[in-house]
Order: sequence, then structure tokens, then C-alpha cells
Amino acid sequence: MSQARAARLKKLPRTILPKGGAFRQGPTALILLLPSLVVVFGIVLYPLLRTLYTSLFDVNSAFPGRYPFVGLGNYLEALERTEFWAAILRTAYFTLSTTLLEVVLGILLGLLLNVEFRGRWLLRSIVILPWALPTVVNGAMWRWILNPAYGALNALLTQLHIIPEYRSWLGTPWMALNMVVVADVWKMTPLAAFFILAALQTIPRDLYEAAWVDGAGRLRTFLSITLPLLVPTILIILVLRTMEAFKAFDIIYVMTRGGPADGTQTIAYYTYVEAFSNQLFGYGAALAYVIAFFILCFAIIYMRLLRRGEVEY
Amino acid sequence: MSEELNERRRLSRREFLELGVAGTGLLLLTGCGGGQGGGSGTLNALFMKQAAYSETDVKNMTEQFQKQNPGIKVNLTFVAYEALHDKIVAAAPAGTYDTVLVDVIWPAEFASKKMIVDVTDRFPESERSKIVAGGLKTTEYDGHYYGVPWILDTKYFFYNKKMLGEAGVNPPPDTWDGVVEAARALKSKGVVEYPLIWSWAQAEAIICDYAQLLGAYGGQFFDESGKPAFNTGGGLQALEFMRMTLDEKLSNPASTETLEDDARKIISQGEAAMALNWTYMFALANDPKESQVAGQIDIAHTPKGPAGAPGVNGSMGMAIANGSQNQDAAWKYIQFMTSQKIQNQYAKLSLPIWKSSYNDKQVVQALPEVVPVAKKQLNDLILRPVVTQYNDVSHTLQVEMQQALTGDKTPKQALDDAAKAVAETMES
Repeated sequence: MSQARAARLKKLPRTILPKGGAFRQGPTALILLLPSLVVVFGIVLYPLLRTLYTSLFDVNSAFPGRYPFVGLGNYLEALERTEFWAAILRTAYFTLSTTLLEVVLGILLGLLLNVEFRGRWLLRSIVILPWALPTVVNGAMWRWILNPAYGALNALLTQLHIIPEYRSWLGTPWMALNMVVVADVWKMTPLAAFFILAALQTIPRDLYEAAWVDGAGRLRTFLSITLPLLVPTILIILVLRTMEAFKAFDIIYVMTRGGPADGTQTIAYYTYVEAFSNQLFGYGAALAYVIAFFILCFAIIYMRLLRRGEVEY
Repeated sequence: MSEELNERRRLSRREFLELGVAGTGLLLLTGCGGGQGGGSGTLNALFMKQAAYSETDVKNMTEQFQKQNPGIKVNLTFVAYEALHDKIVAAAPAGTYDTVLVDVIWPAEFASKKMIVDVTDRFPESERSKIVAGGLKTTEYDGHYYGVPWILDTKYFFYNKKMLGEAGVNPPPDTWDGVVEAARALKSKGVVEYPLIWSWAQAEAIICDYAQLLGAYGGQFFDESGKPAFNTGGGLQALEFMRMTLDEKLSNPASTETLEDDARKIISQGEAAMALNWTYMFALANDPKESQVAGQIDIAHTPKGPAGAPGVNGSMGMAIANGSQNQDAAWKYIQFMTSQKIQNQYAKLSLPIWKSSYNDKQVVQALPEVVPVAKKQLNDLILRPVVTQYNDVSHTLQVEMQQALTGDKTPKQALDDAAKAVAETMES
């Protein structure tokens, strides 16, 4: 080390230079970073690339081995199958209806929780409970509620004379799909409500006061002030919920296992069945990449919308 | 100097990458292929939660085994039947389990993919000849044995004798036509809204019921040339029968979302009078702690159709997983669990696989009403198709049959569509 360099090093602030000089940093940093590297390579990058690789082969067993290379064959097969498109349509319906309901109900609930009334703290803590439940527990609970023989919903509706007799809620495809939507909306609306509530509390009071002075009514105030200022938050909820809903698996697994007549088989559940029940891991891997592709598209669209949607008070 | 520093950093970054990749590689190097082991050590065993032996039974049996074999410790895992197949598949490459419970429909798939061990050499003819013939088929594939049968089961006909009495049905029906007559009587006299409950959810359960009806109507899953044949003759009549009972509102419409255990609960609540179910239902539906109709439920041979009354072969066996490092100990455990002594002792929820057990006092006393019926029914069993793509075939059938049952297709249309799809699956 030249004298000039040593002199320059000394001039550097001590915070940058740890004891013992700059050149011991390497090994220490390596040791400290190793765990996160293992994590990044081991459980993110490796499976990602491995899945891509698997999707190009006709893998029909969980064991490693030599399998015939089929190129994009698995992807093309997916596009040709009617089950695949039926699952995509079902997933689109599930995603749209749950997201829409959760946003609308979330706004209403958020507005309610923002009003000052006695016992508001209690309501606020109760409302968050459904969201705190694990999805599996939620699914099992709704299966009980919807049970055709001893479910709470049948008891409630017959005792209120809304329906004349007990009926089956998960026994026909269309009804079952909608019941899964209900279960998902029940669980996820509180999350939307709390996002909205947080956003409502950042809207400055003087805006409302000014509107009041200008003679605007409640509806007018809501449409001209509250709603526009909620747009960025609504967009965030949309992003989170569409991506989650598109991947819906656990609630389906617990409530209906894709049935009846595949009526609740979403694209993620279809992927699982093909990969693990039918042991078509190559085809399953291709399907997983198709899901990832859809979600990437959503992400890009939403990112653009979000960038535009920024507001200033 | 700054260049030199940069140089060093760049180097170490490459080192990071290399080390990271090497570390990952090490993590991923898992042992493949099994080992014999020394006949001692720790075993991981996979069982199912519902039907047949209860969890408590399996735990007690295992404790007895551990007492006799102090060198072996067994960890038990229980999953729902519906999750069992996929659990075995997902755990296979890692070698998580030493013994797995396999259903009669899986050996073709598991054996051809080398997921379970060929035990033909350990399982001599002298032992095999003592087992009920239908049960022995459970773990056989291509002339080899891939495990030992453990649960010998089929779907029996259960009925509520009090309800049938109230409707004036006496004696209880023993043909499917008779069942329909009885159901009409039960319904018209207002004894019960829906006399029949079935396990017709989108699951293997619907295939079990269908196989039994297909047999009664003289149908076949596949013809001699291996082509789907369930869309003609008895196979079609069976599905038409199923649909008819729903159209006439004799069967509970909730049947299309019901599994066997749900059906047991509905019978136990007195909300249905007749059902097909596994042996285990008899003890539970007559247990006052589990049932509001205890003492009223009787068991019979499955009803006859024009071609007979075969019961579906719903047996299960214990197999050694290929990844097991401890196969000798695993075999010891399987031998113990399937032994006649243990099976006779726990006959209450699941009958033994051994022929001579059906004359054993202990077994007959455990289930005096069931054993005489079982003795006859277990000699008349129908197998579901033995094909390596069984899950795919079964799933196609489940979906198409449910479309017919929920009214989206006619039975003929549904089975024709299923036959076409199944033929394509078998070719690929």
C-alpha cells in the first residue's frame, strides 16, 4: 500500500471504514449475506427456473429422471383443452365478482367505521376478525354453515320463512361457485374496509368544510371529494385482490375440492389436479407459468394505472 | 485505489454467486432410492382419518407393536382419504414415509412409477392363500405384490328398520327395484323427506357407488379390447337409475356434495332411511354417542339388480414406500398391523383380511350382525378399472356423472362424453 493511499484512507469518515481496514469487509459480508443468498437461490430462483425447465418436458412422475423433451407442447396442449378455458373463465368470474363486491362493501364498511359513534372501537376490532382467520379455517367454517343437513344458513333461512325447506348449497356447479365467492368476500372485505378507513382519515377536514360552505350535500361531497381521493387506495385494493383471487386455491380445496362437476375448479386448482393427482408434472408446470403470465399482465396494467392515479391535496 | 477496491468487490460478488449456487445445490442433493436398514430405528407411517380403523385404533395397535419391538419407533400421520393420494405423490421423492396406506385403485399407478416396493418375495404363497381372494387383489399389479391388504371393505346396504316399519315396508328390500318402491312408500307416507342419501360428491366416492350399480345392472367399465364400455348397457342403466332417484326426489339433492362420512351423519340424524356405506358405519350409526337413531340401523348385502349384487372392492393395503431407508423395519410393522391376531382384536370398525377370521369367536362377537353379511358379500366383489392413469379416468367420470346428476346433460350424453375423453387419456 502506498503512503499516499494510506493517507487518503485515513481521511475517509470512520463510519465507512470498520476497524481493521477496508479489506476485511469481503469475508464478513460474504458470511453475513450467505443465508439470504441461499434463500434467494434456493427457494425463489431455483424453483422458478426448475419449473420453467420442467414445463418443457413430458414429466409424468415426481421422481427425477429422463423424460422426453416436448418444447412448448405442454403450453399448446393447455390452449387446446376445453377444461383449461373453462377454468380460466371460472377464475375470471371468481376474480371479478369477489374483487368488485369486496371493494364496494369495503367502501361502505370503511365509511361506517369512520363515523363517530359509541362503541366504534368495538366494531372496529370485531370487523377485522374474518380477515384474521386462516383461509382453511374460513373454508371449513363455511362448509359447516352451508351444510345441507345441519348447516346454520338453512336453519336461519327456513326459520325466517325465506325458503320453505332445507336445500343444498354446494351441490350444483353454479350455486357452489357463488357460495365460494360469498365465503371469500366475507373474509376479505374487512381488509378492503381498513384500507379505505386509513385513506379516509388522511383526507383533510377543511375540504369537507369548504364543500359544506359551498352548499354541497352529503352525496355531492362523497362523489366530488371522498371518492376521487379514495381512488389510489381503491386501486391498491384492486391490485392486491385480483392477484390473490386469480390464484385462489385453498378456499376451493377446503370447500368443494373443485366440484361439483368441476364447477368450482379455478385455474390454480386445475393445475394442482393435473400435477399432483394425475402426476403430469410437466403439464402442471406449464399451467403454473400460464398463471404467472396472467398475473404479470395484471401487474403491468395496474402499475400504469397506479402511476397515473397519484393525488395531491 | 478505488479501482482496486472495486476489483476486489467484483471478485467477491462472483464468489457470493458461486457459493450461493453451490450451497443451493447441496441443499437439493437429497438421497434417492431406499435402503434395507437394520430392522430397527424410526419409521414414519401414513394413514387416513376416516372410515375403517379409527385413529385411536391405529395408535393402540402401533403402541402394541412398539412394546414388542423396543428398537423401532413409529411416527404416525393421518390425512383425509381425499388428500391421501396426493400426499403420497408429493412425499415420494423426499422419502418422507416408510409405509403408506394405498387404495385398491392405486397400485397400478404407484407400481409402474416405482413409488412402492415389490414385496412378492417377502409375502409367500403360503401366507397369501390364507387371505380372502378379493382382498388380495388390492395390492396386486402385473402378477406382483406391492403390499399387504389391511382393510377389507365394500359398500353394504344400510337401512333404518324403524322408518321402514313406519312406512309398512317389510321385509326390507333386497333389490334396487325394491329400494325404489320402499323409498316411494317412505316419501308418500311422510316418514322422511328424502329416503335415500348417497355419497355422490366429486370424489372417488361417487365412482364406488357407480361401480356397485354398474355391476348390479351387468355393465362393464371396459370391454375385452380395452375400450370404454360404461356408456352402454348396464353402465348407462346405472347412471339412469341414479338420475331417476334424484328426479323423483327420492334421493337427497345434497347427495352431489356428500361424502361417505357426511352420509353416515345424515343417516345418524334420522334424515334418511337408506344408504350405501362402508363397514365402519354400522358400529358408529348404532352408537348412542354418535347417533340419534342408535339401534335402528341394520346392515344387508347390497341390493340385487338384473345381473347380480356385487359389492365394490374398496379395500386398502399397506405398502413400503420406495424411498424408505428402513425397509426391514417397515416390513415388520406391516406384518404386525396386518396380522390375524391384531385384526381379530380390532374387528369392530374394520373386518380382517384373513379367511379363517370370519369363523373366529372374537370377530363374530365384535360384529354379530355384520359378519354373516360380510362373509357372503366379500366373495362377490367388483373391481374398479386397473389402469395406470386411474386418477384421470376417475376424475373424468366423476365430472361427467355429476353433470348428468345436476341436470346439465342426459346420462347418455354424459357417459358418451366421458368414454371419448377416457379413450383419449388411455391413448396418450
